Amino acid sequence: MEAHSSEIFVIGLTVFFLACIIGYYVVWSVTPALHSPLMGVTNAISSVIIVGAILAAGPFGHDTSKIFGIIGVVLASINIFGGFIVTYRMLSMFKKKPKKEKKD
Amino acid sequence: MSANIVAVLYLISALMFIFALRGLSHPESSRLGNIFGIVGMIIAIITTLMFKSVLSYVEIGAAIIVGGAIGTFIALRIEMTALPQLVAAFHSLVGIAAVFVAAAAFYDPASFDIGKVGSIGTSSLIEMSIGTFIGAITFSGSVLAFGKLQGTVSGKPIVFRFQHTINALILILIISLIVLFVTNQSPLIFWIIVIVSILLGFMVVIPIGGADMPVVVSMLNSYSGWAACGIGFTLSNNLLIITGALVGASGAILSYIMSKGMNRSIISVVLGGFGGEQAASNAGDNSDKIVKQGNAEDAAYIMKNADSVIIVPGYGMAVAQAQHALREMGDILKKEGINVRYAIHPVAGRMPGHMNVLLAEANVPYEEVLELDEINHDFPMTEVSFVIGANDVTNPAAKTDETSPIYGMPILDVEKSQTVLFIKRSMATGYSGVDNELFYRDNTTMLFGDAKKMCEDIVKSLA
Repeated sequence: MEAHSSEIFVIGLTVFFLACIIGYYVVWSVTPALHSPLMGVTNAISSVIIVGAILAAGPFGHDTSKIFGIIGVVLASINIFGGFIVTYRMLSMFKKKPKKEKKD
Repeated sequence: MSANIVAVLYLISALMFIFALRGLSHPESSRLGNIFGIVGMIIAIITTLMFKSVLSYVEIGAAIIVGGAIGTFIALRIEMTALPQLVAAFHSLVGIAAVFVAAAAFYDPASFDIGKVGSIGTSSLIEMSIGTFIGAITFSGSVLAFGKLQGTVSGKPIVFRFQHTINALILILIISLIVLFVTNQSPLIFWIIVIVSILLGFMVVIPIGGADMPVVVSMLNSYSGWAACGIGFTLSNNLLIITGALVGASGAILSYIMSKGMNRSIISVVLGGFGGEQAASNAGDNSDKIVKQGNAEDAAYIMKNADSVIIVPGYGMAVAQAQHALREMGDILKKEGINVRYAIHPVAGRMPGHMNVLLAEANVPYEEVLELDEINHDFPMTEVSFVIGANDVTNPAAKTDETSPIYGMPILDVEKSQTVLFIKRSMATGYSGVDNELFYRDNTTMLFGDAKKMCEDIVKSLA
């Protein structure tokens, strides 16, 4: 059991460091003008933590863990919807409006 | 579903998130990126709902609908000028959600395959407590940052004696509590860790002042990612680990860019207490110098006769909601054949990219909005620099005065343009408490008044 769990941990650690490196390069390629939407999007995707909350809320019954899970799902959902929508709003402002501009 | 299919679907979801960030490299590809992010999230949620252990669809569905409705409502209603506090509030939710998930895993480890109550594996306990610790700090730090940005809490740095010693002691206490928790698995200790971490979050953000908020908001962004990572390790879930690492890296890079924009180390920002104390010593130096004052007609006349104008917006523009009036002014000048551009300092505003969003909201085309290093060499060839609500980021003392607290900070060289128009509410110093010698130069005209009103008046004079 111990050997097995440490193996999983090492796999997790591998994934972690590789993901950090990907994050490093991807984020440096983000144009500074879009740093606010970047925060919006990262905020939304960090709520993928909802996966853990769903697992906790999953089983039938009404124990402590389930209540925590449900609260977690609510909080993460606020973030997922809020984060993506506010990012969408920001990004749609960066849309080119060539026709409108010329008419002015 | 077999474990392998789950793993593949989670991998697809993680890739979608990477594409979501990648899309932000250009405004044109960014909206597609956002859609990738949404698709990734839907895949992650549906995959998890397919788990055999997940049965209470009604409760989960209701929770998603309630949360989703609240999130949608807030996101649609929020004013773009209030974005920094909204982002801070959202970060706090990620933090507290991480605490709840960790607590759920602790109370019902079987649902997550990490052992039974009272006999959870040591590594799981460590990962769980680290996730909880970071989550709780993110929560309280973000709540306080929200208060400071919203103005419900004073934006001034609050500094007191032994601050750093106290924080260090709290950190040591938390580490000892985690060690204790790992050995006895007591729920009481778990909640004490939560409470003490919440306290530490407050303590970390208390000494940090208003204009350092871009760094704090980015840092909390980073923390929320690391919290998700901690939970990912607890649940041995690669999707959470990857996403957490992406978000963590993103926040860390933004914090780095912001601190560099102020020529300060992240450490010195975190330790806080910037501004305030220097204010007294620097005031009065320039009291006998003459300030040339102008009004909207003067400004309109000067700009009308120029070939090129660079507009330098700062936080004051956001406060006065002057972006629309400013764009209107820019449009009239452009129609006169004047080359109008906008120069954005990396730390202008209260969050990274704050000014860009506000100008985009006012329909300023993004090609006209340039970053510090793209436009700084153009100031000597520019006739008019129009500074609206910015101060420290234009202060030449950053280059010349070694004793100045902002010495070494990269600035926009507005002083090199022929004329500087400076909209300001009063002669008060900027956030750093440093007087700006630019105000007293011969080629500077001060326009005292509300930024929005002043722009509107200039528009009237131009017409």
